[in-house]
Amino acid sequence: MPEYKLKLRRYDPESGQPAYWSEYDVDLDAERSVLQGILTARDDQDGSIGIRCSCRAAICGSCAVRINGKTALACNTAIGEAAEKAGDGNPIVVEPMNNMPVIKDLIVDMDAVHWKKVQRVVPWLLPDGDPPEREYVVPAESMIDITQSMACIQCGACVGACLSMEANPDFIGPAALAKAYRFVGDPRDGQERERLKDLAEDPDGLYTCTHCFACVEVCPKDVAPMNQIMRLRRRATGDFGIKDRNNGYGHEKAFVNLIEKYGTLHEAQLLPRSFGDGSLLKGQTEPGAVKELIENLPTAIRGLKSGKVSPVKALWHHKLPGQENVKRIFDEVHAKEDRLELNLYIVGEGNDEEIGAMAEIAKEDV
Amino acid sequence: MKLAYWPGCVSRGFTPELHGSMNLVAPKLDLELVELDRANCCGAGVIAEHNQELVDTLNARTFAMAQKVEGAVGMMNICSTCQGAQSEAQERLDADGDYRDVVNSNLAAEQLAYQKHAETDWWNKNFLWLLVEEIGLDKLRSKVVRPLEGLRIAPFYGCYIVRPTKRLGYADHPERDQYLEYVIDALGAEPVEYAGARKCCGFPIITMNRATSLRQAGRHLADAIDAGADCLVTPCPLCHLNLDLQQPAAAKFVERDLDVPVLHLPQMVGLALGLEPKALGMNKHVVKTKDVQRKVAQLAAA
Ligand code: SF4
Ligand code: SF4
Ligand code: FES
Repeated sequence: MPEYKLKLRRYDPESGQPAYWSEYDVDLDAERSVLQGILTARDDQDGSIGIRCSCRAAICGSCAVRINGKTALACNTAIGEAAEKAGDGNPIVVEPMNNMPVIKDLIVDMDAVHWKKVQRVVPWLLPDGDPPEREYVVPAESMIDITQSMACIQCGACVGACLSMEANPDFIGPAALAKAYRFVGDPRDGQERERLKDLAEDPDGLYTCTHCFACVEVCPKDVAPMNQIMRLRRRATGDFGIKDRNNGYGHEKAFVNLIEKYGTLHEAQLLPRSFGDGSLLKGQTEPGAVKELIENLPTAIRGLKSGKVSPVKALWHHKLPGQENVKRIFDEVHAKEDRLELNLYIVGEGNDEEIGAMAEIAKEDV
Repeated sequence: MKLAYWPGCVSRGFTPELHGSMNLVAPKLDLELVELDRANCCGAGVIAEHNQELVDTLNARTFAMAQKVEGAVGMMNICSTCQGAQSEAQERLDADGDYRDVVNSNLAAEQLAYQKHAETDWWNKNFLWLLVEEIGLDKLRSKVVRPLEGLRIAPFYGCYIVRPTKRLGYADHPERDQYLEYVIDALGAEPVEYAGARKCCGFPIITMNRATSLRQAGRHLADAIDAGADCLVTPCPLCHLNLDLQQPAAAKFVERDLDVPVLHLPQMVGLALGLEPKALGMNKHVVKTKDVQRKVAQLAAA
């Protein structure tokens, strides 16, 4: 059996001592998990190591940690692969997740962060009217869209990895927003608009996700929380036209309108258009727009001063040659009755021609 | 090497020095760039949020134009965000023949169609990937006439080019998140290790949550400074907007002085290939590049 070197970050906030590193050598087969390595070290060498686990099979969601800097389930990471990633002669470095306070060693306080945020999105069904006498009957297809968000095992890996939350701990974050979509997309729920409006208006809500893909990268269940956030935004702006005070609506409309008009992005117009409803002139008279615009003026002036942007350029943007073709694509796609979405999580990958899996389920009613 | 070339929007808008420097560097590396001047914006993640079929059609249009360029081995972009947004569209287009047909039917009026190919036959690569995988570090090294000795450069990748690894070809190219370090090293400079290299610049939410956005930019800049960087380098013009154009504002959100220049990837390469800082547009930055320029001038003299 090969020998692996584990380097664990140790910390006991109650001890008054600073964090420190401990190293352990463990003999294990390469396909055994990093969790098994930690448990072996605990059983044979140091009973004081703190680690949370239960199922050891990537189901319970207890054992998320950072392995060589990347958040993952310890029970779902082969120790041989982890050693390979660490590189020749280097120990496998295991640390607690980011963005949550440490209780002890590798155990973080999920209640203080992850579960609080999940509670924030009202994670239960809010149907309209009286409940039916027996069960709710819904067509099976109408639930497929939310199976991806339902696959979440609440391990908190995405929360630990979220780069926006690292800068802003108040951000609702990936797991809770994915959970929100689980209910927004549920045909039995009657509070779709209210839920969306609530998240859109929250200054640290729907529009604080930067698209950094960190949550997509680390999720062990392919929930792709960021994609669920995009679905929430699509519903909020496209289906309900919710004009939020964070300019989420304005930004999307402004961007889309500019590409429709010019084919390429005209940044100088993106700012003023974003702070409102997406139009150039009216955008600046929307509530809140004036303040935001003034805050952003120094940026525009810096752009002019550095010689990056000429005053002419700031006001005038070339249309693409053949721009009418881009416009036509916008018109054609917008005119379609269904908004087509190919979710690879649902249709699977690599099927291509054989299966032609572009199922009806991928279509959303507009 | 002949390439279909998609420069992106920002490189011709708010960071014209990027497009300009790429045009100067290309011939030095024997790259013949055929600019796709009728192609459209990649959507930068925003159109994807609005309507997936729309963004996939727009990107399929760009790919289809690129595939028509006679003799081109592939398509090159110079923006991490373009790479990510285009790879996302390509992943869906390649996964499902029926979906591809629907998208291509939206392009039929222009006699355009995107063809699925194996990566060995056609690809879309950021200049960074191209440097390492197609040109090769040895060849790059052999072209260096002014090794950037003594310059400490902090890499900043941009999210869209490092995650998700599954979509971005890391299975076949597992070291793509090390390439900036490799290139910095090949040019004779010293790559700086710091926390922010693969984190988010915050740009996508600059109009929606300014504090969160600029705290991210500010932190990474501060970390790079503390690690002793003379400058940063990025393959992403959107990152450049938050790291350079917004740097004075970001300083307020992290409550400290920043003042560290941020180079575009082709600018850094151009310096080592002997091009002059001014020609590379290094006077068009918000954070002055004087100190870097002075160091480079000393190298030239030595
Ligand atoms: S994509 Fe959004 S939610 Fe996911 S980790 Fe990044 S900022 Fe957080
Ligand atoms: S979305 Fe994925 S990473 Fe986040 S809590 Fe759920 S299972 Fe874990
Ligand atoms: S122990 Fe249950 S998910 Fe790892």
